[in-house]
Amino acid sequence: MITAQHISKTYKVSKRDAGFSSAFKALFRKEYEYIHALNDVSFTILDGEMVGYIGPNGAGKSSTIKILSGILTPDAGTCRINGLIPWKNRIEHVKNIGVVFGQRTQLWWDVPVLDSFELLKEIYRINTRTYRQNLEQLCHMLNLSELLKTPVRQLSLGQRMRCELAASLLHDPAILFLDEPTIGLDAVSKLAVRDFILKLNKEKHTTVILTTHDMQDIEALTSRIILIGKGKILLDGSIHDIKKGQESTEEALAAFYRSHDI
Amino acid sequence: MRLYGKFFMMHLKSIMEYKTSFFLSCIGQFLVSFNVFLGMYFMFQRFNNVSGFTYEEVLLCFGITLMEFSLAESVARGFDTFDSMVKQGDFDRVLVRPRNEILQVLGSRIEFSRIGRILQAVVMFSYGFAVSSVRWTLGKVLTVLFMLMGGTIVFCGIFLLYASLCFFTIEGLEFVNIFTDGAREYGKYPVCIYGKRVLLFCTFVIPYGLIQYYPLLYLLDRGKPYYCLLPAAASLFFFPCLFFWKLGVRHYTSCGS
Amino acid sequence: MKKYLAFFRLRFSMGLQYRTAALAGIITQFAWAIMEILMFRAFYQADASSFPMTFQAACSYVWMQQAFLALFMAWMMENEIFDSIVNGNIAYELCRPVNVYHMWFARSLANRFSKAVLRCLPILLAAAFIPAPYGLMLPESPGAFFLFLFTLFMGTGVTVAFCMLVYMISFFTLSPQGIRMVSVSVVEFLSGATIPLPFFPDQVRSILELLPFASMQNVPLRIYSGDLCGTAAWQAAGLQLFWLFALFSLGRIIDALAMKKITVQGG
Repeated sequence: MITAQHISKTYKVSKRDAGFSSAFKALFRKEYEYIHALNDVSFTILDGEMVGYIGPNGAGKSSTIKILSGILTPDAGTCRINGLIPWKNRIEHVKNIGVVFGQRTQLWWDVPVLDSFELLKEIYRINTRTYRQNLEQLCHMLNLSELLKTPVRQLSLGQRMRCELAASLLHDPAILFLDEPTIGLDAVSKLAVRDFILKLNKEKHTTVILTTHDMQDIEALTSRIILIGKGKILLDGSIHDIKKGQESTEEALAAFYRSHDI
Repeated sequence: MRLYGKFFMMHLKSIMEYKTSFFLSCIGQFLVSFNVFLGMYFMFQRFNNVSGFTYEEVLLCFGITLMEFSLAESVARGFDTFDSMVKQGDFDRVLVRPRNEILQVLGSRIEFSRIGRILQAVVMFSYGFAVSSVRWTLGKVLTVLFMLMGGTIVFCGIFLLYASLCFFTIEGLEFVNIFTDGAREYGKYPVCIYGKRVLLFCTFVIPYGLIQYYPLLYLLDRGKPYYCLLPAAASLFFFPCLFFWKLGVRHYTSCGS
Repeated sequence: MKKYLAFFRLRFSMGLQYRTAALAGIITQFAWAIMEILMFRAFYQADASSFPMTFQAACSYVWMQQAFLALFMAWMMENEIFDSIVNGNIAYELCRPVNVYHMWFARSLANRFSKAVLRCLPILLAAAFIPAPYGLMLPESPGAFFLFLFTLFMGTGVTVAFCMLVYMISFFTLSPQGIRMVSVSVVEFLSGATIPLPFFPDQVRSILELLPFASMQNVPLRIYSGDLCGTAAWQAAGLQLFWLFALFSLGRIIDALAMKKITVQGG
């Protein structure tokens, strides 16, 4: 179970204007700006739940994901995931989570996929039996058997994403964070990824937290959404809460963003 | 250790995909440090000693320093590109894995083309030994081993310090070069030739002198007996570096990237 | 011409933005210069009669070398150019209405000058306040100073023309990094970056002085420090002109071949 209470996070960034003279001025004096990335955010996610975490760019999505995965320490607030505080018990905590960053890869570019998997086996200290079992199961579910011997640089984006998913799940995590898993994928690959996530949730009861800009992902996968804007939670409920009548989800969401001026 | 071995094999496999490039880089690496030797060689064509050290003695010093640096480099080069790791957010990936961060960073980059440099170091090291007029005893051989170990640890410490600084700022780290490449470059001569102030700095701030100049005096029968133990003292330098690293990781997790 | 100037301005203000980087660079170069001078001092003290130039000239040489490092260092090649050759982004460059060779040449010049302008002043100022013989001395005459400025530009031109050769050769090989490293270490040594050319044995030096590498930093730095003067200085400047022309022409020839290769074989 994930409980987050009153989490806040503020960043200090230096201000820079374009242009020659202001660049010169910045040589002598630097101005700072404070950005409230998260402002009193609270939610609870139960085991086995699938949650879509959505919001416009810069709303605080990735800060939340970073805090939940132990990478970032918040300024205020508490968070417990299966009894552990992510940023305090980081090493213990990350044994139980899997993370997929859609725009980055954790696979090694020049070697066959299987070699990357073997390295992960070592990193997570997965025992050989569990590893074999999981690998077989994931290969079956994601249809990877053809790909394992191929160097990553020769894979298409869709094939790579399937491998990324497998790589994040080899150690049987109880919670899976997906950061824009379908970005840039073609229709077939998107459907494959969605099917897999659904199946995973059903069969292994894995908790899935998903950030995406693709509303079809949300519709296909999650019954619950948490909508964040300007560091605050604006909605914790179902996509139907913002949908009125015939409009598409995309239009509904855009209207919602506009009405909250974000 | 096993994990590091695994990382090692992965890098080896990757590099085998680009054999020609690898080979040429090795030669390049070899040539780069060869320049330093040639420069020194030509200087001694003109002058027959510097601060009382002959060519043969300086060569021994150069061989040992280069060896120390190359050993440290082949272990800790992962830290060298750490700024880009922080910039691109790849350090996040390290943090979401349940293993020691330093080990993972070290494993993230192992440069085999440094073999060129190590080869160069071995050649210089052996050459320095062959021409030196040192009367070898067991104690002196042990001192050389001591120097190599202490030196590798000190250079690793500096690489670690560099990486720790990356957590606070990713620009302006060029000046650390003075302490890594600069130390290799100027460490070819015993540090005392640069004058008293530099020697003081290299004794008490960053202990280059303890892994190079003082034990060298011992090898040449000019120093006090306890000089042979100084490389061990130099290894203590690693602890403040480690402390900085821990501080850096904490800063990273509290400020983000 | 106007677009190249615009590019220069852009680079320059970009350089200004990274003030920490610039400051760190200045400190680094300052420290290198001090170490270099201390090393020369040790040799000077060991045997002053074998020192091939005055000690003060050697110090000025070192200060100027560090101040204008960005102009002459062969390893400051642009990764972007190598990358675009290797990954095929060169196709974009070919779509623009400018000659690739000219554009990269101008761009490299802009890059080097903007870096140098930003960094040289603080170093020169500080060095001027360091007492003799360790500090930076003034050139002997206004004439020598103007010849220094002229050869400074020429030397940068030769350096960039040489780097262009390396870029152009990269079109024909799979591994630009290897060639780059080998050529950089050769240039470093033969141009007097490792030790100034006067410190080489005389026969070796007289050959090295004829090579294009001597036309890079060797000529302007030695003219400034007064080690090279009179007719010898003018001859050296003439040789610079010749090498600039020769390397530039050679680069254009390889450029033409490379373009043919790209358009015929599709990269």
